[in-house]
Amino acid sequence: MALTFAASSHAAVRQARPRGRRIRRNLTGWAFAGPATVLVVGLSLFPAIWAFFISRARWNGISPGVPVGWANYQRLATDPDMLAAARHTLLLTVLFVPSSIVLGIVIAIALNQRIRLIGFYRTCIFVPYVASAAATGILAGFVFNPQFGAANDVLRHLGIPQQQFLESPTQALYVICVIALWGEVGFTTVIYLAALQDIPRELVEAATMDGASRWRVFRHVTLPELRPVTVFAAVWQTITAVQLFDLIYTTTRGGPLNSTQTVVYYIYELAFQTQRLGYGAAAAYLLFAVTLLLTLGIIWYSRRRGSEVF
Amino acid sequence: MRRFLPFSPWHLLLMPLALLFVLPLVQMVLTSFMSSAEINQFPPKLLPTSLHLEGYRALLTETPALRWFGNTVLVSAVSVLAHLVLCSMAGYGFARLKFAGRGVAFLVIIATVMIPIQLLMIPTYLMFARIGIVDTLAAAFVPWLASAFGIFLMRQFFLALPVELEEAARIDGCGTWRTFRSIVLPLARPALATLAVFTLLSSWNDLLWPLVAISDNRTFTLQVGLANFQGMRRTEWSQLMAGNVLATAPLILAFLFAQRKFIATMTFTGLKG
Repeated sequence: MALTFAASSHAAVRQARPRGRRIRRNLTGWAFAGPATVLVVGLSLFPAIWAFFISRARWNGISPGVPVGWANYQRLATDPDMLAAARHTLLLTVLFVPSSIVLGIVIAIALNQRIRLIGFYRTCIFVPYVASAAATGILAGFVFNPQFGAANDVLRHLGIPQQQFLESPTQALYVICVIALWGEVGFTTVIYLAALQDIPRELVEAATMDGASRWRVFRHVTLPELRPVTVFAAVWQTITAVQLFDLIYTTTRGGPLNSTQTVVYYIYELAFQTQRLGYGAAAAYLLFAVTLLLTLGIIWYSRRRGSEVF
Repeated sequence: MRRFLPFSPWHLLLMPLALLFVLPLVQMVLTSFMSSAEINQFPPKLLPTSLHLEGYRALLTETPALRWFGNTVLVSAVSVLAHLVLCSMAGYGFARLKFAGRGVAFLVIIATVMIPIQLLMIPTYLMFARIGIVDTLAAAFVPWLASAFGIFLMRQFFLALPVELEEAARIDGCGTWRTFRSIVLPLARPALATLAVFTLLSSWNDLLWPLVAISDNRTFTLQVGLANFQGMRRTEWSQLMAGNVLATAPLILAFLFAQRKFIATMTFTGLKG
């Protein structure tokens, strides 16, 4: 009875005030979605557009800005500091992304075994991911300290000469890459582990029954099944590497001799140390464009290789 | 291989790896309890001779570290709470309610994921300076009140939920808000936990943005405070490690107690984020 009554009164309302109902429905919808939408869009799309106008001016944030057209972007192309920063960022990315993927796969396969202590191993390997990059950087400064750090102690036991690590212009960037891997490999491992556990057992069993060796099963069954995750990991880790800041700030601050100054660090210095807001914004836009192109490139390449993930 | 070893050969790979990942953190904790004399020697010692609290004492008297800690707790708490409320509401709106502009608004939100923080920090700083919240804790948490990832996560969860329960509630006379609050939200606990872990990790560990937005020593978050303290006192290792323990212990303990939830969050970030 109550049910029919409710239904009929609804129909009556709909006939009487179709417009009022629609407005009400829109208001309800926006009351739910509005606050978060306004915050997210207001704090990303709006500043992103504003950043574009800032990037076409010479401005220190205090005196009025002078519009300079595309001059900031033109200057970037020949700025030796920018070119060096781009080189460092590229090197870091090229080292970090494949290593974190390969290590992620290997560790995930190892952690997927049913052996004793596996819970302990998992905990140990995932824990660094939870530690902040800032704390990781400070800790790394201690471990890689040239005078009394643990890293040099290990080298001493192996009979290798003592190294300067973060204080050497030729080594610092590589050391930072190792530290970044220590902090981030937990993430790639987790997603590969989840993907491995999603592979149907029958698939592996069938291949083994057909007489395929362990390596061939891995190469022709497991690896293709992991491909979508690899595409995602490549995109995600590329963004992580390109945007690496916290670690650099808490280890070398771009030094020694600017050898670890990445694009992101350079942007931070331009905008917030030397107050060149327009030039910094232009560099940020360039970085955004390159990251976007890299991401699209990875997706395009993976599509051509026949895996659809996005 | 198995024949020659009394244990699985995987241990030969996993044991050194596990130690490689966890020993630096162990050393961090142990070093925080050492005296300077013990730290400044080579070869380094892993274990302190006795429990020295000088590092902690110096950190707490020479820096407002406890205040930084409180600031971080406050920023993270506000961020997590706001995320839970705003993103679950928005996620529900985008998943279930029909309103004008829904499709476009959701697309725009998803597109904003591509915009990097480096591009946003200059205009956001200027914006916050204009409304007068630079150098306050609000500057640190306002960007974390809601996120595209959070909205997306909650929407995906609500889309997968069977709609019949809500229809039944509607027929029984529940309004949209009551249906959401007392029928849908209790079912969303797993998704809300994932969202809380994600927000906690991001807001607690954030360095770049609070570093830009806050320059007053007493308003620093813990990460910013430590990073700047390290810049001035590069060799005060026991203090630095004590600060590191303060900055990482809460999340590491949370991770040890709720490991499943953390791993589920990382997996979701990976597979769907």
